[in-house]
Amino acid sequence: MILQAKNLRVEFRTRRGTLVAVDDVSFSVARGEVLGVVGESGAGKSLTGLAIMGLLEAPGRLAAGEVWLEGQRIDRLPQAALRAIRGRRIGVVFQDPLGSLNPLFTIGEQLEETIRTHLGLAGKELRQRALALLAEVGIPAPQARFHHYPHQFSGGMRQRVVIALALAAEPILLIADEPTTALDVSMQAQIIALIKRVARERGAAVMLITHDMGVIAETADRVAVMYAGRIVEIGTVRDVLHAPRHPYTAGLMASIPRIAAGAGRSRLAQIEGAMPRLDAIPRGCPFHPRCPKRFERCLSSRPELMPAEESQAACWLHASAIAQR
Amino acid sequence: MRAPLLSVKAVTRDFDVSRPWLDRVFEGEGRRLLRAVDGVTLEVRHGETLALVGESGCGKSTVARLMVGLDAPSGGRIEFHGRRRQMIFQSPYASLNPRWRVRDIVGEPVRVLRLARASEVDGRVAQLLAQVGLAAEDGERYPHEFSGGQRQRISIARALSGEPDLLVCDEPTSALDVSVQAQILNLMADLQSRLALTYVFISHNLAVVSQIADRVGVMYLGRLVELAPAGELFSRPRHPYTRMLLEAVPQIERTGEPRTPVAGEVPNPLAPPPGCSFHPRCPHADERCRRERPELIDAVACHAVQEGRISFAR
Amino acid sequence: MTLACVGAALAAPWIAPQDPFNPAAFELNQAFRPPAWLDGGTARYFLGSDDQGRDLLSAILHGARISLGVGLAAVCFALVLGVSLGLAAGYRGGWFDALVMRIADVQLSFPAILIALLIDGVARIALPAGAQDAIAVPVLIVAIGLSAWVQYARTVRGSTLVEKEKEYVQAARVIGRRPLAIMLVHVLPNVMGPVLVIATIQIATAIITEATLSFLGVGLPPTRPSLGTLIRVGNDFLFSGEWWITVFPGVALVTLVLSVNLLGDWLRDALNPKLR
Repeated sequence: MILQAKNLRVEFRTRRGTLVAVDDVSFSVARGEVLGVVGESGAGKSLTGLAIMGLLEAPGRLAAGEVWLEGQRIDRLPQAALRAIRGRRIGVVFQDPLGSLNPLFTIGEQLEETIRTHLGLAGKELRQRALALLAEVGIPAPQARFHHYPHQFSGGMRQRVVIALALAAEPILLIADEPTTALDVSMQAQIIALIKRVARERGAAVMLITHDMGVIAETADRVAVMYAGRIVEIGTVRDVLHAPRHPYTAGLMASIPRIAAGAGRSRLAQIEGAMPRLDAIPRGCPFHPRCPKRFERCLSSRPELMPAEESQAACWLHASAIAQR
Repeated sequence: MRAPLLSVKAVTRDFDVSRPWLDRVFEGEGRRLLRAVDGVTLEVRHGETLALVGESGCGKSTVARLMVGLDAPSGGRIEFHGRRRQMIFQSPYASLNPRWRVRDIVGEPVRVLRLARASEVDGRVAQLLAQVGLAAEDGERYPHEFSGGQRQRISIARALSGEPDLLVCDEPTSALDVSVQAQILNLMADLQSRLALTYVFISHNLAVVSQIADRVGVMYLGRLVELAPAGELFSRPRHPYTRMLLEAVPQIERTGEPRTPVAGEVPNPLAPPPGCSFHPRCPHADERCRRERPELIDAVACHAVQEGRISFAR
Repeated sequence: MTLACVGAALAAPWIAPQDPFNPAAFELNQAFRPPAWLDGGTARYFLGSDDQGRDLLSAILHGARISLGVGLAAVCFALVLGVSLGLAAGYRGGWFDALVMRIADVQLSFPAILIALLIDGVARIALPAGAQDAIAVPVLIVAIGLSAWVQYARTVRGSTLVEKEKEYVQAARVIGRRPLAIMLVHVLPNVMGPVLVIATIQIATAIITEATLSFLGVGLPPTRPSLGTLIRVGNDFLFSGEWWITVFPGVALVTLVLSVNLLGDWLRDALNPKLR
């Protein structure tokens, strides 16, 4: 396993008390695997990513849990050591490509700087490496674009440059937080293909955080569905998306509009209500007020992840499956 | 065919994107115009939902603003044959005045347009809130106390309070989570059948459009490239750009399936390519496409389709 | 302490031992009395008396009241002028915006005190000599106000440019509201936040400007002394040993300005809904 997150808990200390934004989240990502972390806004998926990178900002903090990268525990490391790991072994891609690039330097300079810092290359070798990276992420005519500034690139091309930067130090883990959200559909498809290739060809582990099930379906091998700070279902994409075990996942899948050729206008299935606020997470199963299948047990006690056929779901409906084993 | 409620006739909209006058004088630059909408002609019929789709910068939002009169066309005409037009906006955050109570926000059109006597406004507001699934007590609260989906309901209530027959919706669900998006889309469908509304629905999301639209117009770089009934457009897209867009939509059914992503990107609208503006990305482009701009004939603006060079497999 | 200071200034007519505007109450033989705790001082003139035999404590209390009044009025004047111009410039744009902002730029390139001096001077020449003392206060308010409107106009214009693109303003336009109504009921409440913050700081600045003008002799006449006037009057006697005539008004000015600033800080926090 390249990345292992164990029982992560992210808390926010506020005047009104301590809010738990990520609660007991555990998962792992293997070499060459893309793990999708999916959820609606407020589910805690981005905070989980930040917690792993050690980038939580006050008043948020990692209150409990462990982060292991290739067998080394990294959540207790001092900031300087963590920074080195982030640059060298963890590559990061955020939603807004413009914010991740320095507008004052050409992309060539930024790329070379990163490679020099982490891999210690220089001269001709350095230049070649940078050009190869730009070609790898699909920038046409890298020689010509090498000396361009970020503002001279379109949104999709900028995101490619950001991915090239993230890959420059040959990281073993790539964390991408909503990398396609700011892009048009035609660009999205290209970035998805690129991320997938990175996992396949470089053997890197990829943690892909997104709200878009379509992106997950096309990119990820496994998926973790988050709701109100917890993982409610985790398993292979095929299992979770096509045979969801948790009522939330099922409702989410049903509410996604699909292109139905010839079917014409139809009503979407909808989940009533909205995700609870952090200061009002219901007792018992946090999904129970919106759940069509709730029963008494759901109101009082909180379900842990339990095996539900191929995947794991945090839902009392699957408790019987355990009892039988 | 039903009579048109709104006619858009050869409408063009230019935006002046020149630098300030003084800078231009010093550097001897001329004015620079961005043609956001370029000769769009279409009709919105009574009671239908017409969707306009396209990528960012294709001019669909500008068409929406022109349709409700927020912008004036630089060329061409817009004729509205109904009583009133209202608009629903994308952002559930910026579209409500943060300093106003919800009842004042929803009641504003009633008051300004004098649609009810002063004593009746409160009752009307409560009725509108109920119509969009909110409680009358919610009227006393401020926008920041609501979630994104609830705010969008408030926006819809405000639009309805103007008693419009045409409702132009600019990406009304793009900022919402999917489960909430489904609630809002269903609500809009219910309201349409109950109040006999006509919708113009602007979106970049083809899947959403396929769920709610009767007819779909596809825009590219300010031009309408295809306009067809939804069923036809999704089962038998004709314009190469429409096909590309459909191909690009990530689909849950296609888990793990490899596919060829579409190449290229939208050109700079300040310097659109000559001829058909899609030709640099089009696999069917020939000499004529590079030279001559295709007109919208038989609901599709493409030389290759018109000459029968593209075959339709299905 | 802040409240006591501002309160004392406001309540001057009721708590001051003597009416400093009434020359009949002055006793010339009581002139140059040192403060009570020094040799020759009496409890009647607690902080001493000036060259006219005027009780310094009373003069300071009344002076602070005038200073505060002029400061507040000037800020209000600047606020109304600046906010209206900024709002209209930002919302209308075009030539009106360009004109207002160029005037603002030109004015910004001069120090505020110079502008106030200029306006004050023009008013003095334009008006008959007899009326000068009577209208000294309004002239001062207008002069200080005109020198300070630019900051409000710029701030409001900037926020207006942002707000008018927001969708709630667009929604109001679709309803068919007139521009003036949109500006007043929709945009104005949303751009006032930063303006109030500036205003609280500006009251202190305006008080200092007024004191400066009065000190330079173009502000209020000695018959209706503000703190600045008192300092100027006292300045003449600084080297002849009667230091109290200038030092006490000076201390009062510093305390007043400090109090107003603290009050402003407190008000800003109290008005900010995010900190509540």
